[in-house]
Amino acid sequence: MTMQIADSVSLPASDAKAHAAAARDNLRTEPRAVRIVIIALAVIFLTVFVVLPLVVVFAQALSRGILAYFAALAEPEALAAIKLTLIVAAISVGLNLVFGLVAAWAIAKFDFPGKTFLITLIDLPFSVSPVISGLVFVLLFGAQGYFGTWLRDHDIQILFAVPGIALATTFVTFPFVARALIPLMQEQGTQEEEAAISLGASGLQTFFRVTLPNIKWGVLYGVLLCNARAMGEFGAVSVVSGHIRGETNTMPLLVEILYDEYQFVAAFAIASLLAMLALITLIAKTVLERHLDEGQDAGDH
Amino acid sequence: MSALAARRRTLPGFGLTMGLTLSWLSIIILIPLAGLFLKSLELSPEQFWNILSSRRTLNALRVSFGLAFAAASVNLVMGSIIVWALVRYRFPGRRIFDAIVDVPFALPTAVAGVALTALFAEKGWLGAPLAALGIKVAFTPVGIFVAMIFIGIPFVVRTVQPVLQDLDPEIEEAAGSLGASRWQTIIRVILPSLAPALLTGLALAFARAVGEYGSVIFIAGNLPNVSEIAPLLIVIRLSEFRYADATAIAVVMLVVSFVIIFAVNRLQRWARSRVPAR
Repeated sequence: MTMQIADSVSLPASDAKAHAAAARDNLRTEPRAVRIVIIALAVIFLTVFVVLPLVVVFAQALSRGILAYFAALAEPEALAAIKLTLIVAAISVGLNLVFGLVAAWAIAKFDFPGKTFLITLIDLPFSVSPVISGLVFVLLFGAQGYFGTWLRDHDIQILFAVPGIALATTFVTFPFVARALIPLMQEQGTQEEEAAISLGASGLQTFFRVTLPNIKWGVLYGVLLCNARAMGEFGAVSVVSGHIRGETNTMPLLVEILYDEYQFVAAFAIASLLAMLALITLIAKTVLERHLDEGQDAGDH
Repeated sequence: MSALAARRRTLPGFGLTMGLTLSWLSIIILIPLAGLFLKSLELSPEQFWNILSSRRTLNALRVSFGLAFAAASVNLVMGSIIVWALVRYRFPGRRIFDAIVDVPFALPTAVAGVALTALFAEKGWLGAPLAALGIKVAFTPVGIFVAMIFIGIPFVVRTVQPVLQDLDPEIEEAAGSLGASRWQTIIRVILPSLAPALLTGLALAFARAVGEYGSVIFIAGNLPNVSEIAPLLIVIRLSEFRYADATAIAVVMLVVSFVIIFAVNRLQRWARSRVPAR
């Protein structure tokens, strides 16, 4: 009986809803001509400023054919740059992953004064010019820098070497993992962890068995964006690298050198690898965002 | 509230993780940035002023700040149009265009730089037709402007898009059914609701464009006093071992970024207090 009532009430209601929705749409849209102009403007703008630059990279890279393209990538200098880029990315993503997890635990799971300010400090590298991000390390470790003399006396090379490049990259990519995790972990609250603790789990057990499975997509999301920026960073790395061929050139730096030497096919061949990295990152990001949305919906119910 | 705080403290690891967070933050971010400010204190106010008021520095700052503002303004207008099209209309390829808005975020700046230069050079796909119209883009300040527009697009779109998506449709319906024309509704009802997000997007796009290096230097031409941006002048001063000059310019740019961060934080607080969550 209750079922029937429910049905007979809900049907007209949904009908009325459809009418109301139609009436609403009339109040909330523009004339057809205006719609077409707006869509055309958006599509033309994005095509000129985003699609064409991407296409031109691949067109230039392949302009002398596929053999020249692969020959350019097989150059020892190109391979050295690829290797260095992977090493630097591994170091800075690794460091920022650990920091991101630690910082997100402190910030998301506890209440304390000054939390907003702390998050602002973590965000700082986003708003510092890449060149300045490199400059600060030159001022610390360069010949005229605060630790310059000490480092020279102890024969430690930071600037114009891998440690400097890794440091500058870590600075630039500092916020990515933490910023991906903090809102996610705040939303998930502390109930599950508290339950685990009260059942006798240790802090680390709780983190690895309860927290980490809940935030795995968020971790992946942060690592993905962090990695893309780490491999592609140019300004900061350019200031600290010293541009020693075959030794301290990452892929973006090699793109610049080859371009300045008018080796366009080679420059765009390396650039095309970085462009592919960007495209793969974007696709993976879209997929992960869907996972994260689903996770949140499941949490809501 | 205090009961909640007390209960939250039952989780372990606060002291350890907070200590590690603050230490690591200090080592990687705060001490290096403080070093920059400390270095600038070694300069007398007079020296500082002489560096900043030199013609080349002033022109570099003018190019960076002026063109960044112009580019951010273009992004504000075009970003709004893109957001409107993506959120309110359905058209073929909408999801793809939505996804590619993030390309300037993801594409390494050096790649963007060489790509934009190839595109807008005199023999490039877009440079050739523009040259026929008498417009030179690559290796002029216009090129810097174009690169800054490229780099700023996602900031406006991604800041405004969620706000427009969450805008309560009933407000617009009320305005419409009370006799407001569509244009009046957009200007008087929708635009004020989006204002904090639009301003935030403008500020973020501006901040990014001011500091941008990689995507600009290839297309800029880098002629001193004409098409030389401030970050490039820092790099040039460093390569000349004129650390004082590099530091002074960097401090000015950092202070501006901090002011922008502060403004954005304020804007977001304003937005939260104004637009009720649905």
